[in-house]
Amino acid sequence: MESGSKSINKKLMMSTETTPKHREFHPHILPLSVYIGVGSALFILTGVTVAASFVDIGGVGNLILALLIASIKGSLVALFFMHLLYDNKLYALFFCVSLIMLTAFIVITMFDTMRRDGIYEQRSSPIQISADIYKNMQKHEE
Amino acid sequence: MENATQIELGRVNYHHHNPNLAHHFHDMEQQHESIKLGVWLFLVTEVLLFGGLFCFYAIYRAWHPEMFIEVNQLLDVKLGALNTLVLIFSSVTVALSIRSIQMDNKKQAVMFLAITIICAAIFLVVKYFEYSHKIHEGLLPGKYFANPDIAAVNPHIFFSIYFGMTGLHALHILGGMIFLTWVLIRTHMRAYSSSYYTPVEMGGLYWHLVDLIWIYLFPLLYLIG
Repeated sequence: MESGSKSINKKLMMSTETTPKHREFHPHILPLSVYIGVGSALFILTGVTVAASFVDIGGVGNLILALLIASIKGSLVALFFMHLLYDNKLYALFFCVSLIMLTAFIVITMFDTMRRDGIYEQRSSPIQISADIYKNMQKHEE
Repeated sequence: MENATQIELGRVNYHHHNPNLAHHFHDMEQQHESIKLGVWLFLVTEVLLFGGLFCFYAIYRAWHPEMFIEVNQLLDVKLGALNTLVLIFSSVTVALSIRSIQMDNKKQAVMFLAITIICAAIFLVVKYFEYSHKIHEGLLPGKYFANPDIAAVNPHIFFSIYFGMTGLHALHILGGMIFLTWVLIRTHMRAYSSSYYTPVEMGGLYWHLVDLIWIYLFPLLYLIG
């Protein structure tokens, strides 16, 4: 009986060797210099963005420059502090998709809000004054 | 006989497991990555939440570019820049607290978390002085705007955007402070080590996002023209 259970135990031990191993958890540690370097870069870029705001480039130049510097700073935070550079790229994909969606959201909204004057102009000089929509508008005004 | 071997199998397989491993995960690595994916999904919803306000900003800045340039002068660039530096410094310290707990240095992790929370408090105190100054001058959002000295048209819109965006951001700072305080207490109670520090890292991720949003808010609100 005892020898029987021992042999089964042996078999079990052999079988557990073939099952997938539980992965040990190993933290990915960055050297201190990375944090100090990225931190200093962020401090310097903050100074640059403040200084750049006092120089008038003209038009939307200042806005584009400010957003460019902010994006460099944001990328440094996301890639190093948020570990996107070293982690599974799925997280970076999620984050990038949200930024693409946000861009689409703002651009499509502004196609509307920046072009409303055009709609009012078209209304004031219709191609076909006999169209139903203008008849209804006239009725509504009466 | 078979029952006995099954019990034996169970003991062999589960005995040496980390007590922090939830039963529905296969191992610590999988648990850590799953939680991180969930937190990233949450951060994505945060991007879209603030995205609505950035869209609000884009529409009104495009409609009233001169008003934005003129009214923007009423904000204090020095206080805004100070808050930016404080927040970037706190981002560095929260990253270092994660690094410390990764190396099993509990004392250092607690110290860096404490510095992060103090920086968050400094940020809110500076914001309090800025807000009370604006309220005193009647520079308020929407119909509450009550400052007759400003020549620009529709200045109340700028202050709706200013208070809306910085107010929501300040609430996030407050939320981050509460969560990081909980993490600090748990770290002090030796709940985390190099084999399990997921909540520390997730608190850090959230904190970095709050910093990232401010990196955009600062030039867009304080540094126009």
